[in-house]
Amino acid sequence: MHVGLEQYLTVSFLLFALGLLGVIMRRNLLVIYMSLELMLNAANLALVSFSRFNDNLNGQILVFFIITVAAAEVSVGLALIVALYRRRQSAHVEDLTTMKL
Amino acid sequence: MENFQNLISETMLPDMMFYVFAALTLLFGVLVVANPFSRNPVTSAMFLVLTIISMAGLFVLLHAFFLAAVQVIVYAGAVMVLFLFVIMLLDLKEEQHRKIKMVAIIAGLLSVGTIVAIFLKSLHATNLNAHASPVTEGDTALLGKLLFSQYVLPFEVVSVLLLVAMVGVILLSKKNLK
Repeated sequence: MHVGLEQYLTVSFLLFALGLLGVIMRRNLLVIYMSLELMLNAANLALVSFSRFNDNLNGQILVFFIITVAAAEVSVGLALIVALYRRRQSAHVEDLTTMKL
Repeated sequence: MENFQNLISETMLPDMMFYVFAALTLLFGVLVVANPFSRNPVTSAMFLVLTIISMAGLFVLLHAFFLAAVQVIVYAGAVMVLFLFVIMLLDLKEEQHRKIKMVAIIAGLLSVGTIVAIFLKSLHATNLNAHASPVTEGDTALLGKLLFSQYVLPFEVVSVLLLVAMVGVILLSKKNLK
């Protein structure tokens, strides 16, 4: 079967679903964060394949910006996790119940 | 014979490579999220590196050479080193002994099933309007030209964003936040 846009989009979407599964299922803040990265990467893959199959480079520029913003976001998020860990001695979502009603 | 080789190099090899890299990406992705052998975050991080590298392979197949390089350098290099450093800073030994709740598994599978169903339905319903033989090349020169002409303002804004992130991280990692 010839590989086209549809196949790439399927892979991208399965990867996104995997990331979502990780965010919902795992209880460790760091692993949840890694799953978020997985979802972000899935979106990148979709954008690159759209860019390729529509003969338009703008998608790749967008992916470039997404990677940059994701790097900034990861650094801030991990600093937040470290600050949280210092205060609570836990990186487990079930221990963070301050906002529970 | 020559014809046959041409056929392989022209059409079949990239397609085969696509299936190899897609399978590797998804396999490593599963091992990041639900590894049956280990619940250690370090294992997840290592498999995330492998996922990202095989995804860089997919980028190469899509002729996005610059982005493949950036993916490996920024994600597999910088971001994952950051993750590993944080895992090292936090003592996560006891996490492994906690069980995954049944409710979480059911909720996860339910939402993932729903979203996959929506995707498949929309994929069938849309006309993707894709070119059969694309010619776009994502090489560095072209992307650079576009980045410094049409997209120069977002480029500068992103540099300010990186500065803000740096300042924020330094502030957050101080011992006393006040």
